[in-house]
Amino acid sequence: MNTRRAVSARREGASQSRAGFRDLYNAWLRHHRLSAADSLFRVLDNPLSSAMTWLVIGIALALPVGLNVALDNVGHLSTNWDSPAQISLFLRDGMSSTKARELQATLAQRDDVAETRFVSREEALEEFSALSGFADVLASLEENPLPNLILVSPHTDDQNTDVAVLRKELEALPEVAQAVLDMAWLQRLNSLMDLTRRLVLAVGGLLVLGVVLILGNTIRLAIESRRDEIVIVKLVGGSNAFVRRPFLYTGLWYGVGGGVFAASLVAVSLWFLAEPVGQLAALYQSSFQLSGLGVMGALNLVILGGMLGLAGAWLAVTRHLAAIEPH
Amino acid sequence: MISFERVSKRYAEGHDALREVSVDINRDELVFLTGHSGAGKSSMLRLIMLMDRPTRGQVSIDGRNLAAIGARGVPAHRRDIGVVFQNHQLLFDRPVFDNVALPLMIAGYDHREVGRRVRAALDKVGLLERERAMPVTLSGGEQQRVGIARAVVGKPKILLADEPTGNLDPALSAEIMQLFEEFNQVGVTVLIASHDLALISRLRHRIITLREGRLVTGSSV
Ligand SMILES: Nc1ncnc2c1ncn2[C@@H]1O[C@H](COP(=O)(O)OP(=O)(O)O)[C@@H](O)[C@H]1O
Ligand SMILES: [Mg+2]
Repeated sequence: MNTRRAVSARREGASQSRAGFRDLYNAWLRHHRLSAADSLFRVLDNPLSSAMTWLVIGIALALPVGLNVALDNVGHLSTNWDSPAQISLFLRDGMSSTKARELQATLAQRDDVAETRFVSREEALEEFSALSGFADVLASLEENPLPNLILVSPHTDDQNTDVAVLRKELEALPEVAQAVLDMAWLQRLNSLMDLTRRLVLAVGGLLVLGVVLILGNTIRLAIESRRDEIVIVKLVGGSNAFVRRPFLYTGLWYGVGGGVFAASLVAVSLWFLAEPVGQLAALYQSSFQLSGLGVMGALNLVILGGMLGLAGAWLAVTRHLAAIEPH
Repeated sequence: MISFERVSKRYAEGHDALREVSVDINRDELVFLTGHSGAGKSSMLRLIMLMDRPTRGQVSIDGRNLAAIGARGVPAHRRDIGVVFQNHQLLFDRPVFDNVALPLMIAGYDHREVGRRVRAALDKVGLLERERAMPVTLSGGEQQRVGIARAVVGKPKILLADEPTGNLDPALSAEIMQLFEEFNQVGVTVLIASHDLALISRLRHRIITLREGRLVTGSSV
């Protein structure tokens, strides 16, 4: 009989036949199914306290994930931004203002140029001395050290590469000493986003740790409340793995539920924000739309939740189960 | 079958629960273990169950020294022994059937086999029609019989019982003892710790007596 063999196979330990392995495997699988179902029933049997646990985990996971989604959206937005840059053309020394204005006029004709502005050396000096606080120093100079300047706003809808090409072309002009692409604000935004991303990562790491600890504690309480049962199971020959299994599944269910809550929270927040963001975008003649987690993102979140649940349960189980021995 | 060779057990506080106990229990035998409270009866059973290890001496079963069994081997060792406790040790949130089925679930028997064996065991202790009952709805004697059904459901070769009639009146106690005798008759080695001398002296089996951890009578047949 199969089951008989399962037992003798276990007794013999090392020398298991093929059939023995198969029976052991079936028994193992059966207990996994039982533990999974039993743990799920226990979780669902206390809907209120389980929902609280799910919500706590959901919020802790939704915060960093939601922030990350927001950052992704800002990232899209900044690459879609109309005319992100300005090119400063520093003209060669000794070039008259009239010549410079002529150049400005020709540049303004170009298809890829939206707007031009001429800043004469004198204006530049005034502006500079007002802004820099070096007015005295500048006044003591015999000669104005600043060149004439033409500010060019490129006419591009999206690609930054076009702007770079334009800058090269403009620099190649004989009148131009140097062309500088001024993307400072974009770079500032990018480094700000970089910083925020790191912050989100750090906060996310802490929250993930928090989730593991919360789940560990929840499982510890579950273990405490079933202490007598664990003692009995060990007395009649339940192995540590056997005793551990239902608690690992409990952790898994809490984690998976938390992941589902987190994905829902993110989706609901995006839905809540979609309309005002759409209106705002319309004001700026942009077709920008919020993008969410997507099915894969939500699935990953649920898987992450499940893995954190397992980790928390594992933590609790290794720390507390071995200590419960029949006396 | 079960053999103690100069076994001593000293608890951490320095109290000697067993002192140089040597005894052999044969295959198919039913033996009573008696003595006052604190004499060391439970300690002997605990050593057989590997709930504790001897401080000195060796315990062996079927010629196999239990000291050779490591922590990982303990569950399998316990699966080969049926145990009955004074305080039943039932799962009170599960029906009778699930309680009796527990050792089979642990051993990984399949569904149908579990049902078959559990009903056979419940039939043997006269509780077949109570399989769906919760333990709290049962009397003390019935709860003890559930404990016995759980102990024998895996068909162990050895059955241990620690004060199995401790809370029962004489008539029920006699019934329980008779059950143990029936299992013994089908080839199970039975060791019962009991201080109910009035009851066990009426049954014709070997009686081992402990006094303050020392074996005073019954070391051999
Ligand atoms: N875990 C323990 N720690 C310390 N002392 C114990 C422990 N278990 C039992 N004892 C002591 O060992 C002696 C024998 O106990 P026990 O075997 O339970 O006796 P019995 O079952 O015959 O009443 C008693 O004096 C008891 O207090
Ligand atoms: Mg005792």
